[in-house]
Amino acid sequence: MNEHQQTLWEFMQQQADKLGVQTMQHIGLTFISLFIAVLIGLPLGIYITRKKQLSGIVLGVAGILQTIPSIALLGFMIPVLGIGAKPAIVALLLYALLPIIRNTYTGITGVDATVKEAAVAMGMSKWQVLFKVELPLAMPVILAGIRTATVINVGVATLASYIAAGGLGEFIFGGISLNNTNMILAGAIPAAILAILFDFLLSRLQKLNFKKIKGAVKVAPVLLLLLSGLYFIPSAYGSRLTAGFTPEFMGRQDGNLGLISKYGLKIHTIVINDAVMYKAAQEKELDVISGYSTDGRLKAYDLVVLDDDKKIFPPYYAAPIVREDALRKFPELEKTLNLLAGTITDSVMTELNYRTDYLHQTPERVAKDFLVSKKLYKPERGGNEGIVRIGSKIFGEQYILASMYTMLIKGYTNYNVATKTGLGGTKIVFDAMTNDQIDFYPEYTGTGLLAILQAWPKTVTRLQVSKDSTYNYVQQEFAKRYQIKWLKPIGFNNAYALMMRQKQANELHIKTISDLKRFLDSK
Amino acid sequence: MIKVEHLVKTFGTTHAVDDISFEVNEGENMVLLGTSGCGKTTTLKMLNRLIEPDSGTIAIDGKNILDQPAENLRRGIGYVLQNNGLFPHYTVAENIAIVPNLLKWDKAKTQKRVEELLEKLHLDKNYLNVYPNELSGGQQQRIGLARALVADPLVLLMDEPFGALDNVTRSKIHGEFLALDELKRKTIIMVTHDVQEAFELADRIALMDKGKIVQIGSPADLLFNPVNDFVRDFLKEQHLQLEFKTIKLSDVWEYLPDAGKKINTSLVPASSGVWEALENFKFYPRENINVLNQENKEVKSITFDQLMAAFSKFKNHQSHE
Repeated sequence: MNEHQQTLWEFMQQQADKLGVQTMQHIGLTFISLFIAVLIGLPLGIYITRKKQLSGIVLGVAGILQTIPSIALLGFMIPVLGIGAKPAIVALLLYALLPIIRNTYTGITGVDATVKEAAVAMGMSKWQVLFKVELPLAMPVILAGIRTATVINVGVATLASYIAAGGLGEFIFGGISLNNTNMILAGAIPAAILAILFDFLLSRLQKLNFKKIKGAVKVAPVLLLLLSGLYFIPSAYGSRLTAGFTPEFMGRQDGNLGLISKYGLKIHTIVINDAVMYKAAQEKELDVISGYSTDGRLKAYDLVVLDDDKKIFPPYYAAPIVREDALRKFPELEKTLNLLAGTITDSVMTELNYRTDYLHQTPERVAKDFLVSKKLYKPERGGNEGIVRIGSKIFGEQYILASMYTMLIKGYTNYNVATKTGLGGTKIVFDAMTNDQIDFYPEYTGTGLLAILQAWPKTVTRLQVSKDSTYNYVQQEFAKRYQIKWLKPIGFNNAYALMMRQKQANELHIKTISDLKRFLDSK
Repeated sequence: MIKVEHLVKTFGTTHAVDDISFEVNEGENMVLLGTSGCGKTTTLKMLNRLIEPDSGTIAIDGKNILDQPAENLRRGIGYVLQNNGLFPHYTVAENIAIVPNLLKWDKAKTQKRVEELLEKLHLDKNYLNVYPNELSGGQQQRIGLARALVADPLVLLMDEPFGALDNVTRSKIHGEFLALDELKRKTIIMVTHDVQEAFELADRIALMDKGKIVQIGSPADLLFNPVNDFVRDFLKEQHLQLEFKTIKLSDVWEYLPDAGKKINTSLVPASSGVWEALENFKFYPRENINVLNQENKEVKSITFDQLMAAFSKFKNHQSHE
């Protein structure tokens, strides 16, 4: 992090190949879906001008499709269409439908009734009326609809990277995950330029007079097809298994880069969003995914973690971290929090996460059941010797831990508790802590090392060997720099992990990442 | 030429056209006159099947109009609309050539015919490649007429063709309309609510009310022999002016003195209405005008007072008949 600060321009030059491919994919995705949307929307729009009683239903359904959040729509697609280009194109075309249908309908119904009557009275057939009168006169309105759809598609196509369909979203979401501004801009700026460019070109087309529009309308489908062709569907060749990694994992030394350099793993890889990755693995769209070792979905989807036998993933042991002044203020606190130390293993945490994430039990209930089973639970004392402020990050595991600590403090001490859970990411919760807004929260050693201390790569490599060395390092550094104390680890390690479907892993006899590499290398 | 029998059309509970029958002779100009909602436009649109009747038959040239596809029927019938209905995305030439293109005429023939019509309608050739919105209302209406006439149909249907024009333009186009030789051979059915227009252009008028024909006959029939109070009231307001238009100089010929000196100015034919002769006095109130009787080649020179006197004598004589 003390390296020379890379400029955006340097980043774009360095990643020019990738940027080119992503831009082409982006244009391709936009126009394939637009093309299909026109093929469906235009006839449908014309049809409902003939059957007006259907117009309400058709426009209503298209309107509802438009309101489905993009990521949800993409999620719905996976069981049906899998991941990759198909669901992305379908989702995009669904978004593009409404403006096309609606404008076709409005455009055609808006054609002067006298002109239509004249056309019929001259002896034109209904197809001649449609093609020679209604469509040409409605064309500016229809084009406006296509223009809206294009701009929507350029925007929504960024989300295609969630389900491994590529596009500029790979940079944008990768950049957000990695907190790399250059990467975000390298995706966002071209996407914005594309939107403005297509909008401008279509606005010019819209303003052409009738004479020229005749020619333009003939060229348009050809152009659409050409632009659609820019999308080479990410190929599934070259490897027997397919891996799906999050954008964040792709860009990290303790992620895909490490897999390549330390293990020499060569696997066909696609970039995918964390929210749909597990599902895709279950649906056999993906064989290997990157995840977190205590994620409840491991259990929900019957996945198994591959052993990281070369130790590329740094340990992420969880432990409460506490302000030193809070420990002085509440003498009983350290002893109480340490009641939990060493009690929760990886598989126990996975189980607890599974119960909140998939069985939808409240974190409080899960926390209480656990404490009762460990005979740690005591009823509240209702004490009033000061208030301990607990923080947590915004995911299930942290809520469960915060609930456990709340119950322990209330049961074992005379302190009361204020919880400030759901504090965004690491930066937000840690800032709250250093600014004396909370007294403690559960943190992970790896996060402390990489995100908060931002240790040098060399230091990281040195410490990665054992969990204790990392723990000791962060403990010393936090005390020195922030006057914050790491208490004893809770027991589980929520680190990055590669996982596969249990059944497939058994069949292929893959237990470790090295096994996976051997399997891939064997012919 | 056109025979309509027991035509009925109902929209919901409204009897738009309620059992009407009439005939139009070849070359005749029949005007369907009435207030809005009387069923005249519905009747007109049933003739080219823009509206299909509930019952009744229509025969054109002895053939039931249902015997051929509607498109073919319509290509053989000219149609002029109130708001001209020109295609805004077609040039003037393309607009006029719509029916020839539907009939697959060859290009040269179409072009020749389009240019011919343009000349007859006193429109400059330069207009051929402009779009309708660049033309005035009167010019647009002329293009609409040209479009209807281009394939030389036997029958011409006109729906309030001059309704959207201002008075000055309208009377000018009326004149051209009457003078256009192409129209003299056509069987025309025209819809209007304008009594003046009906009297100026019609050979016969069918006065309609509430879906029925109240009276059908020549303008003079309606004016001088109304069948009931409805017809009388309908024409009452403009009665005098209509009389001036209906009664021709030849009708009052015998009451005109033959004393005036014959100055060498232009001759007004005796087939003109009294109204036309009166309009000539507008320019020369103190002078005489010369009227030519085509039948016996006699010329009478008359003053304004003499004409008015002859007119009232004719009226007196008529009412005593």
